[in-house]
Amino acid sequence: MTELIDVRRGAYHDSVTLMQVSRDVAAVDGVNAAQVAMGTELNLDLMRGMGFNTPPAGPNDLVVAVRAADEDAVARAVAAMELALASGSGGSGNLAGDEPAPRTVASATRRAGGADLALVSVPGPHAFTEAMDALGSGLSVLVFSDNVPVEQEVRLKDEARARGLLVMGPDCGTAVVSGVGLGFANAVRPGPVGIVAASGTGAQQLMCMLDTREVGVSHCLGVGGRDLSAAVAGRSTKTALAMLDDDPGTELIVLVSKPPDPAVAADVTAYAESLETPVLLALLGEGQDDLTVVAARAVQALGRTWAEPWSWDDQQHPAASGHLRGLFAGGTLCDEAMVIASATLGEIRSNIPLRPEWALGPDLRSIGHAMVDLGDDALTQGRPHPMIDQRTRIDRIAVEAADPTVSVLLLDVVLGHGAHPDPAAELAPELAAVRQQAADAGRDVAVVVSLCATVDDPQDSRRQAELLHEAGAAVFLSNAAAARHAVALAAGVAP
Amino acid sequence: MSLLEGEPRVVTVGAQLFSDALASQAVPVTQVDWRPPLGEVGIEDALTRVIADPRIAKANATAIDRLLTAGAELVDVRPASEALGLQPGQFLHAGPPIGWERASGPLRGALIGAMVYENLAPTPETAEAALASGTGVSWEPCHHHRTVGPMAGVVSPSMWVFELRDPVHGGTAFCSLNEGLGKVLRYGAYGPDVIERLHWMSDVLGPLLQTAVRRHVATAPIDVKAIATQMLQMGDEGHNRNRAGTLMFLRELLPDLIESGAPTADVAKAAAFIGGNDHFFLNLGMPACKLATDAARDLPGSSVVVAMARNGTDFGIQVSGTGDRWFTGPANTPEGLFLGAFGPEDANPDIGDSAITETGGIGGFAMAAAPAIVKFVGGEVADAIEATRLMYEITLAESPTYQVPVLGFRGTPTGIDATLVTRTGILPHINTGMAGKVAGTGQVGAGLVNPPAEIFPAAVRALAELAPPVGGGA
Repeated sequence: MTELIDVRRGAYHDSVTLMQVSRDVAAVDGVNAAQVAMGTELNLDLMRGMGFNTPPAGPNDLVVAVRAADEDAVARAVAAMELALASGSGGSGNLAGDEPAPRTVASATRRAGGADLALVSVPGPHAFTEAMDALGSGLSVLVFSDNVPVEQEVRLKDEARARGLLVMGPDCGTAVVSGVGLGFANAVRPGPVGIVAASGTGAQQLMCMLDTREVGVSHCLGVGGRDLSAAVAGRSTKTALAMLDDDPGTELIVLVSKPPDPAVAADVTAYAESLETPVLLALLGEGQDDLTVVAARAVQALGRTWAEPWSWDDQQHPAASGHLRGLFAGGTLCDEAMVIASATLGEIRSNIPLRPEWALGPDLRSIGHAMVDLGDDALTQGRPHPMIDQRTRIDRIAVEAADPTVSVLLLDVVLGHGAHPDPAAELAPELAAVRQQAADAGRDVAVVVSLCATVDDPQDSRRQAELLHEAGAAVFLSNAAAARHAVALAAGVAP
Repeated sequence: MSLLEGEPRVVTVGAQLFSDALASQAVPVTQVDWRPPLGEVGIEDALTRVIADPRIAKANATAIDRLLTAGAELVDVRPASEALGLQPGQFLHAGPPIGWERASGPLRGALIGAMVYENLAPTPETAEAALASGTGVSWEPCHHHRTVGPMAGVVSPSMWVFELRDPVHGGTAFCSLNEGLGKVLRYGAYGPDVIERLHWMSDVLGPLLQTAVRRHVATAPIDVKAIATQMLQMGDEGHNRNRAGTLMFLRELLPDLIESGAPTADVAKAAAFIGGNDHFFLNLGMPACKLATDAARDLPGSSVVVAMARNGTDFGIQVSGTGDRWFTGPANTPEGLFLGAFGPEDANPDIGDSAITETGGIGGFAMAAAPAIVKFVGGEVADAIEATRLMYEITLAESPTYQVPVLGFRGTPTGIDATLVTRTGILPHINTGMAGKVAGTGQVGAGLVNPPAEIFPAAVRALAELAPPVGGGA
């Protein structure tokens, strides 16, 4: 066994690129373990966890750790890494005398000769700086980054208000502006519904549900999950509502949010009522309509007919009841599924529990019925979002399916711009394999997929559904319907 | 609220995949080449606090306005004793404050030479002993006295200085007269030739320049900024190349020199000395930049760098929002070309107040204007152009006066922002001479150098301590 530990000072690559590089290196024949990452505390911890003796390194240093069968394999691993790193950088071959790449939002805006919107997805502690740069350059901002302190959010939104601009986020995963999908966004058709959303996957689910009735979207403006909290007081929600009210293409506004702070709710409701455009308020959570019902209300408000969204649930049902385990990339989809499941199954353990006493332990090991939001802030620090990289989820599918008390797995698969280019190609073999292993052990594990998708999504939603179905999954476009189906299977009630 | 009118033009910073996703939708997108900031853990919090400071936008705008609008006119030439009130045994020097113990070879050499020149010591050895003991002698940074000095920057009471005034903001700045290249005091040489030249400069050149300048300004100002503007269009960058500027200054002053009534031989020698010293104008360009950066000082909340200076041991910067405080780190040794048999091992670390030119938006920042000296930056004209272009990433403005012909007369990158340096990790590009590290050696070469990276995050942290908590009001 041979190990290589190398520190390359000042060689920076973003974490997404490095995750992909690490994967390429780990896949090299003869390599047992490999990690190529910036030397953050977190990454160094990860390497120590992999049994490497980590060298002194800082967040600006690239750390390479490879354990392989022999020197040849190490050499192959290094070659694979160089290749992967080179293919990841677009700036090579910089001709002498070319303009150097812009290094700040302000600089990029000048280079572009003006811009309208900045999409900020740098690590949370750095997001404020770039977002302020954008506002200072006259751009509205979508802050995809999470882990941004609330006082920074308030400062950004006050700055935006003073400048007549909009801040979407922080932790805003989705927006659609004039048909352009930003962050994670399904390919939606143009249409009369304007959406203001404090929930990224909530907005995606709503747009996909509208799409099933061929109802399009004028704009979908995210505001960040905290916008309707007492601290932020709906600063961006009100700006977004005003912008949509002014937009001649918007006939109906839907405001999607978790139950807001009561005082903020009253204020925003009063504001919404003052607008000319009708506003449909969609609150998420226990005792509220699910997003599929919200979509139905919106479609009907526009004077059109609603029909239940498409599903494909002809799989054989498990012989016995058992525990339900949900593994989600979308926080709101997870939350909605838990609300539906707990109505029948009672306690649902989670890292984002409906009730504090239902929280999973710090190791997040599932107990009983459980659902995990793998896209939660706490789980995405230093790693890519599960909509981009499914490794965490794939590992966890095997763990959950191997639990003899489990009879149903519930997964969301979110398609659209920004998401994984072919999630089913990775998930389907894993799902088939764990189902087979369970069958070999004399058990049934049913798989239910909530496919958050539109017909125009770049991943080809029909093919994604087929691959998942071939692997034995029941596939639903409605997350609520998927959850109900999974609950019925887990409860041993034929759906 | 034009965001919703038509397809947005987007700037992305962070994950490449979002930029790719936009490009695949045929949306115009510009991706930022983002890197983590300079500095240790926690620097992001300091950056956030500084950038969230409600004062910063206006403070920086004011700083930049003053920096760009400041004028520079040569109004007089006087002995330092008179102009600066320097007493015997008092000296000024380049860079941040420093004691004898840590002083570099060239700074020691220049102080030794100044002691001999002022007749405060009969020999270099006795001068050195007096300086080391500190009895009857003291030295302070030029910058603390509205003065700048190239290389060692030593100014003693008998030396004559240029006096420049900013007619817009009312500032005054001083700089010594340039001695030429090679074995000269500012490079730490103190041999008999050096002392003899200094005496001629104070006995003949200084009074002659005074007469000529006073004659000239009685009828028309000597606009140093206008000369600096023109020199950039004639192949000078104002730091390592001052040839065109020198000749333009001589052209402007020559009639007054001739009509000064001084002996023809003195006029001829002065004209030959000025015209034959390619760097004579450096000592006018530097105080011109000092006037501009001084005008931008002391604006609470401002992150604009108002001084970069080196004493041969430490590299220091001052920032508008932190007053007279120096942020220092070890000076780097320049890389470049060497005179004669000198090599890298002979070079002293970076020294001089001349980085005031870069602080003011010329020098290394105008490298693209000076293709003749591109060998300092790698040998290709393209390297010079790239050097200037990179500086736009760390500056807040483009000069409306100083322009680079080869960049389509684009204004030079002006107004270094300590937060931008910290954010991008791009360090100011400084053109410089190189002094021998052994006192008495003189010049060994010229090249380019960067400041030590850590001083910019240090300045940001200091600004953060002076800023209100985030969310403390907008």
